[in-house]
Amino acid sequence: MPAFPDAARAALADTQLRHNLAHATRTIRDKRAGVVAEVPEWEELRLAGAAVKDRALHDLEAQLLRLEETLVAHGATVHWARDAAEANAVVVDVARAHGVDEVVKVKSMATQEIGLNEALAEAGVAAWETDLAELIVQLGDDLPSHILVPAIHRNRAEIREIFLRRMAQVGRPAPTDLTDEPAVLAEAAREHLREKFLRATMAVSGANFAVAETGTLVVLESEGNGRMCLTLPEVLVSVVGIEKVVPTWAELDPLLRLLPRSSTGERMNPYTSTWSGVSSGDGPQEVHVVLLDNGRTRALADAVGRQALRCIRCSACLNVCPVYERVGGHAYGSVYPGPIGAILNPLLRGTGDPQTDSLPFASSLCGACFEACPVRIDIPEVLVHLRSRVVDGHRGDRVPKPEALAMRAASYVFGDHRRLAAVERTSGLAGRVLRKLGRKTLPGGRPAVEHLPGPAAAWTGARDLATPPEESFRTWWDRTDGGRR
Amino acid sequence: MRVALMVTCVNDAMFPETGKAVVTLLRRLGVDVEFPAGQTCCGQPMVNTGYLDEAVPAVRAFTAAFAEYDAIVAPSGSCAGSARHQHALVARRSGDRTLEEAVAGTSPKVHELSEFLVDVLGATDVGAYFPHRVTYHPTCHSLRMLGVGDRPRRLLEQVRGLELVDLTSADECCGFGGTFAMKNADTSVAMGSDKARHVRDTGAEVLVAGDNSCLMHIGGLLSRQRSGVRVMHLAEVLAGTER
Ligand code: SF4
Repeated sequence: MPAFPDAARAALADTQLRHNLAHATRTIRDKRAGVVAEVPEWEELRLAGAAVKDRALHDLEAQLLRLEETLVAHGATVHWARDAAEANAVVVDVARAHGVDEVVKVKSMATQEIGLNEALAEAGVAAWETDLAELIVQLGDDLPSHILVPAIHRNRAEIREIFLRRMAQVGRPAPTDLTDEPAVLAEAAREHLREKFLRATMAVSGANFAVAETGTLVVLESEGNGRMCLTLPEVLVSVVGIEKVVPTWAELDPLLRLLPRSSTGERMNPYTSTWSGVSSGDGPQEVHVVLLDNGRTRALADAVGRQALRCIRCSACLNVCPVYERVGGHAYGSVYPGPIGAILNPLLRGTGDPQTDSLPFASSLCGACFEACPVRIDIPEVLVHLRSRVVDGHRGDRVPKPEALAMRAASYVFGDHRRLAAVERTSGLAGRVLRKLGRKTLPGGRPAVEHLPGPAAAWTGARDLATPPEESFRTWWDRTDGGRR
Repeated sequence: MRVALMVTCVNDAMFPETGKAVVTLLRRLGVDVEFPAGQTCCGQPMVNTGYLDEAVPAVRAFTAAFAEYDAIVAPSGSCAGSARHQHALVARRSGDRTLEEAVAGTSPKVHELSEFLVDVLGATDVGAYFPHRVTYHPTCHSLRMLGVGDRPRRLLEQVRGLELVDLTSADECCGFGGTFAMKNADTSVAMGSDKARHVRDTGAEVLVAGDNSCLMHIGGLLSRQRSGVRVMHLAEVLAGTER
């Protein structure tokens, strides 16, 4: 995966993508703003939601052990997975033990994070995504580009084309008279999926929350397809990140109120499914829960970054992010895109890889994400913190980057006003030269340049640049005694 | 009350007119503003690029230059925000207790220009005259890091002759973002182009904001697009009078 600036450049060239994204994010953003404004105590709710997650995270080990205990008491089997390979192995083993060659899946970030579908495919097991948008992505042989709306980068016409081309190859074909009406597309997906729900004997899910006190897993969804997976098959495996734990049933309250408004802009979630182990004669008769670390304890060890583990994957930060809106999710090189992806990926994987290291810089630090986040993750704070980790990781380099040299020089200059004044005199001289070369004037009369060589070309590629004035403010102040002379 | 002007490094070297406008404006309102010569930069360029250690000398110079003043006024939301919220971080990491204490002394005294005018001086009508059609871009750090709210608008609404027109998606970032404008130049330009388009759609002659860096970016795009729209700092508009 290329570093963010390169991946972004490619995405920016795709005008259809930019159009689809701008339209979709604006729609969800407006809807969210409307329903959030309806809640007068939204700020208190945010604080309450953040507090619940913090309580669980500060006491994570005890909460997880309690969760294991209550789940086992309800007849579930609990597995602990340190990384993706261990988690995938558990799911593959369960599939093998039951001799299944296909599973139906509830939309889940955790299973995407660990590449479960690919691992199952390698073991000869087909994994069918049942969330409509996930299905579009899977059939399109594509990668999800949004947490909540994985096919946000596709429009209706593209979806129709994907259904016509691919459905027949993997199951019930799309009707030949398929149009690009949303209702018609949804109906085709329903028919296609129904066949799989009724046939599958094993399902895989994630969980939005896991209540330690009661041993309850919780999934929120809008379509009801998840509920089909959770109730019809005989065997259910749920892969749950260890940060999903919530201490008590009562503490779900603020989270269940924050999530739907923040994510889909709905007042209440259409389908909220909860399950605790096995109940005889009803639902899956064998339930496995895989508690997944995969970098989460690493993130927890980071005093500034650990707040990212509060994330409830609502995607509000994506929808308000001006960078995400223009480049889409693929540029982040991960199932976690947008502002949360820019901090979560380096926290989970650690810094030091060029792609991961580019992510904390993929933001203008405008702060819209923090404002939108229902659990008050200060994403700009974590971004700056991670930038410093990336920079610190290169302090020992034998050949420092030009940027590091420039920052060291700036540091020296800004350490003393006399040094700064000297630099300003040089820039005033440079300004005089540039004005001769530039031959352009900004509205209002100020001379400017259109083309500069070297690193400055990154600026002047599309933007004119005012030339430095001959006299800095401080020189003017000294010369005129602050305008009094 | 001793009031100091924090002119910011960008204004000092690139946009001295902004500093002069603040001086004119504050004197007109009866404030004898001083310019502490020892000041350099708030350190934000280093902090936001991840060079926290490199920001220490700037923060040290800042605390030394401004320690004795009662109020510090900056014509930049982002530099005021940095001085108020980032200096503590830099000082803490440096492990220098004296610096931490000095920061605790200066940080709370920093005001962005519109905050100082409205909150400290209690002025919304600053006696300005500017007979032009104007649109206003609230910069991200003024808006979110400082929460200046509608103070700049309230000031502009009192300017005689000025026609204030609404900017579509005003709250959205222009894409400057400090070194972001260079490190992610393509994305930065894509964001800025949309901002420039919204500005052109207003039919305004002048785009006003409280941060010259954002104006340098949007203005650079507006100029490249030959839009004819001029960018001006809030201080310059407020400093204008009939004569
Ligand atoms: S970081 Fe906050 S806004 Fe973004 S997905 Fe997570 S909870 Fe939602």
